[in-house]
Amino acid sequence: MSSKIVVTGLGIITAIGNNIEESYHSLVNQKSGIGPISILQTIHKDNFVLGEVKKSQDELIEMAEVDPQEPWTRTALFGIIAAKQAFNDAGLDKSKGKIGLVSATTVGGMDRSELHYTSFVHDAVFNAFIDTHHAGDSTEKIADQLKIKDYLTTISTACSSSLNSIMFGARLIKNGIVDKVIAGGTDGLSKFTLNGFNTLMILDKDQCRPFDASRRGLNLGEGAAYIVLEREENAKAEGKKIYATLSGYANANDAFHQTASSEEGDGPFLAMKNALDKGKLSPEDIDYINVHGTGTDNNDLTEGRAMIRLFGDKLPAFSSTKAYTGHTLGAAGSVESIISILSLQNNTMFPNINFKEVINEIGIKPISKVEKKELQHVLTNSFGFGGNDSSLLFSKYVGS
Amino acid sequence: MKAYINGLGAVAPQETLDKDHFLDQVESYNENRLQIIQPNYREYINPKVLRRMSKIVRLGVVSAKIAMEDAGLDQPDAIITGTGMGCQVDTEKFLNAMLENNETLLTPTAFIQSTHNTMGAQIALMLGNNNYNFTYVHRTFSFESALLDSMMMLAENEASNVLLGGIDEITEESWLIKTRIGYFKFDSINSLNLLGDKQTGALAGESSAFFVLSNKKTDNTYAEITGTSTFYKPESIEETQERISNFLSVNKLSPDSLDLVILGYNGDPEYDQLYQNLEETIFNLCSVAYYKHLCGEHDTASAFALWIAAKALKSNTIPEIIVKEKKKQNSPKNILIYNQFRNINHSLILLRQV
Repeated sequence: MSSKIVVTGLGIITAIGNNIEESYHSLVNQKSGIGPISILQTIHKDNFVLGEVKKSQDELIEMAEVDPQEPWTRTALFGIIAAKQAFNDAGLDKSKGKIGLVSATTVGGMDRSELHYTSFVHDAVFNAFIDTHHAGDSTEKIADQLKIKDYLTTISTACSSSLNSIMFGARLIKNGIVDKVIAGGTDGLSKFTLNGFNTLMILDKDQCRPFDASRRGLNLGEGAAYIVLEREENAKAEGKKIYATLSGYANANDAFHQTASSEEGDGPFLAMKNALDKGKLSPEDIDYINVHGTGTDNNDLTEGRAMIRLFGDKLPAFSSTKAYTGHTLGAAGSVESIISILSLQNNTMFPNINFKEVINEIGIKPISKVEKKELQHVLTNSFGFGGNDSSLLFSKYVGS
Repeated sequence: MKAYINGLGAVAPQETLDKDHFLDQVESYNENRLQIIQPNYREYINPKVLRRMSKIVRLGVVSAKIAMEDAGLDQPDAIITGTGMGCQVDTEKFLNAMLENNETLLTPTAFIQSTHNTMGAQIALMLGNNNYNFTYVHRTFSFESALLDSMMMLAENEASNVLLGGIDEITEESWLIKTRIGYFKFDSINSLNLLGDKQTGALAGESSAFFVLSNKKTDNTYAEITGTSTFYKPESIEETQERISNFLSVNKLSPDSLDLVILGYNGDPEYDQLYQNLEETIFNLCSVAYYKHLCGEHDTASAFALWIAAKALKSNTIPEIIVKEKKKQNSPKNILIYNQFRNINHSLILLRQV
């Protein structure tokens, strides 16, 4: 049996669109989804910008086509909306093999917990939301909507969570646990994360400027993205369209600091290098990198150094798309995996908006306008708290 | 897929650190919440580092260190943890401060340590370990997902030694909240009287159990894990029976051929009847053990059950305190651990003696 794992379905909802088409449109038109806060109820409303999905709770419930009487978190609703798209896009059929769901989230149901927490402790008004807090809740809500029962689990490794869910999903197939996997991540914006990142003083009050000398920090975003993975021969036998091959993956730990990256980006370097090794490719084979590029001082500098270490003076074209969607935390890896797949499929690299001036210490320049080029291999990075660093390698599908 | 348990370490509401004893002096609790007996952290962790660590991180680090020392391992090829609720103390601390002070006067420490992967990250940091580092966070699937990943890493030859851990803590606040919705008992009972209590809810608890899993047997090997599986929301007790029997047959066993089954009885009559049913049907010829009167209910309780099972297989001893039904007289050669959370998340771990 071929070991090739291919992507046959995509689903996404973020500040730049409620589906694949809208997202692609925003990317090619360099339209950012980051702006003033209108959904999240916070005292910081006028101090920061966010990549919010401009939908109320009721609107999301309607989009997700779920029972409004049930307790729903934004995290679960985004997850259902995006996972359903991916499920339908891949034409998944429960009679054709076992289907698994591997989802990621950082704060689970915090978006509702923080609204009702005082009630959890003192009275009984919002009891229904007590058990939507845990990280597995959104995964189970998605599984119930899609009637997936064969295998489900949830991963949380901070900002690299959903690259890790895709990685684990692929391995579940390779190890014969399931035949197909829906993998990705979801996170709803919460005051908890906004205030948390604010205490770290790494939030930009304006739109973030990844890889720019004047960068001041990140913007948070929200949403969900899922991809469907299966074996190549499965996809071919069922006559499915194939978006890309997942040709490499790796996770490494920076083992330096709970929140900061090591000087030379050891973890990021290892993640990228091991992903290439896994895909049996060398640095010069990579055409484009969708970088983690959060726009924080520390990330962009160390990620840049790690890229220089690996690619030397043959650094491929790269850009961060965080200035479109914001940093969607548990969804970031799968959001950017989908953006990378859209790049591959359309031979189009989306520009790193808000970039003006190179960072002196590294002297590397992201692409700043839409560039068309034949793309074969694309790398995408996500790095998280606890030094958790991951890279995935997607390649243009070549039939065999 | 298979894995040898070559080292283990646990902290729990019972004495677990003294190698000469194996659950022969039992702690009982009267407040419906069983808390970990905290070790002397200074014996394991540098005081400078210790000061900055929250309780759950300390407990994780201590049990991980004990497991690695036990296996004589300096650096694992992967660190894989499972935690249902993660760092609850820090999450509550940051959340409460944010709500009480209306999003002002906040400091970052609790936020930084609130992420679910803090234990795995701190262990990597302490060891200077750059390898694969994953954290699973799906209620009572958390530890079993981490175990499956560990076994896959060994099967793929991506790792020769994996450090696997399951850890959950119970806080005062989460205990009260979940008592309110009937997950935990309201009226106090003695923890050792957990079986047969008529009151709704389980006893709350916590534990941390770490294992060194390897694809090679050593002189210190405790047992071999031959399989693990999870299933979700079975539609009937018949489906549960069938799923368990199928899992066993894949592993070339039948329920009748099991020597000992360790069940997740937690004192909640509504859900304990599922175990009772299995005892009377597919497990009617096996000896039966239980353990949550020793550690309370928590998402990674089955990690503590695995610690018990591994020690039992190595020492040819079943501690009297865990025995529920003794139907087979010989010391066990194989053990099945079966756990379920409110008939939603079901999990199986199968071990055999080496």
